[in-house]
Amino acid sequence: MKVSKILDLTAFQVGLAYVFVLMVFVIIRIRGISREKEILFSSVRMTLQLILTGFILVYIFQKPNPWVTLGIILLMEAFAIHTVIHKFQRVLSFKFKRVIVLSLALGTLSCLLYFLLVVVRIHPWYDPQYFIPIAGMLIGNSMTGISLGVKSLLEGMTIQRALVEEALILGATPQAATKSIINTTFDAAILPTINSMMGMGIIFLPGMMTGQILSGVSPLTAISYQIAIMFGILGSVALSVILTLQWGYKTFFNKEDQLLS
Amino acid sequence: MNNRALFHLENVQYKHILDIPALDIPSAQITCILGPSGSGKTTFLRLLNKIISPDSGSIYYQAQELKKIKSIELRRKVCLLSQEPRIFEGNIKANLLQGIRFQEKSLPSEESLRDILDQVKLKKSLEEDSKLLSGGEKQRLALARILLLNPEVFLLDEPSSSLDDATEELIIQRITQEAENHQKTVVMVTHSKAIARKFADLIIHFSESQSPLVEGSESE
Repeated sequence: MKVSKILDLTAFQVGLAYVFVLMVFVIIRIRGISREKEILFSSVRMTLQLILTGFILVYIFQKPNPWVTLGIILLMEAFAIHTVIHKFQRVLSFKFKRVIVLSLALGTLSCLLYFLLVVVRIHPWYDPQYFIPIAGMLIGNSMTGISLGVKSLLEGMTIQRALVEEALILGATPQAATKSIINTTFDAAILPTINSMMGMGIIFLPGMMTGQILSGVSPLTAISYQIAIMFGILGSVALSVILTLQWGYKTFFNKEDQLLS
Repeated sequence: MNNRALFHLENVQYKHILDIPALDIPSAQITCILGPSGSGKTTFLRLLNKIISPDSGSIYYQAQELKKIKSIELRRKVCLLSQEPRIFEGNIKANLLQGIRFQEKSLPSEESLRDILDQVKLKKSLEEDSKLLSGGEKQRLALARILLLNPEVFLLDEPSSSLDDATEELIIQRITQEAENHQKTVVMVTHSKAIARKFADLIIHFSESQSPLVEGSESE
């Protein structure tokens, strides 16, 4: 099978893609929707961020170093943790924030190491060309999963507070009293990943696979990676979310198994 | 502390709601609590069930301080029926069994479930959706759920507030009879002086300004 190599885009060609942004500007102007600033800011910000990332990645890929790879992974983890905590800053207790840090780090790192060292078997073990993009996918998806999970858990514990207390009054352990909330929450958090798996290859071609195909990789190799990474993402999301929920529900109770106000 | 006291309270304070210098609740008797709204009756029952803890002072159950008893262990012996009990998703059978499941006890037969419904005068099928029950029926379902748990102590917060007078008396009679037959302790908040006078061995009056007053017990 003949697979052609990717066509390089010049800066001018990338600039031509800004026509789409102009098109959005025209639409919102006609409709009278005042979103110009945000669209312009996000377009410029994305462009600059990606240019910077491109240069950094070129440098890192040329001179692989285990400390640099680990440093970048830690930065990604820190950014993901900050994003989740910042989103729920006002409603989360200190203990719950600690749970998020531990769950996200443990859930993503364990799946990442298994995926890279056991499934893909990269060499050297810190090869940034594999480590960084795959870590990005696992951490990014797990971050979304945890955000959904935290939101759903907080809602559940607020709306169903009286039912949880009724269960405690009847002699239930906090674990039993929150079981249905935890199960519903876990389901809500992993559903987007499951739905994405359902449509993959038919409704849309996933980003990583598209990227590989564009860069000249055989579609058969690309799908092998895509299948494996989807299971990696599923595992990482599920593990991070269940750890958050399993440790998180306890922060709603005190040592006397009473609901905290 | 009275030797027959099952619960003993000492200098118990809870926010600005309750202030009890000393109080005993006798074992294997029916204690009724009367008092106006806001006098802390519900808070008192919640403290005994340890779903909340006092800000200061001590509560003893069988001479052991509540702080030293595991909350879940205590709640399985000292069951509280709230004034507005919550009903779980599912049918009547699922709701009856929910308490049993929470307490990790072995599941009773369907016949026992029907007997319990009969005791609380709830003439409904076990399969009926609990959501469709009226307020009074839900209260009786919750009462049946507590009876099925067979605890040592029943803490009942206005267990018949949504019932008509005839059904109310009939149900209270069933509960007190059951308690007497099996040497159980009942602590019941009621709005009805008549019910208290008829069924209580001991009446405690709560008020907003004073410490609870204990009215003489007939059996003493």
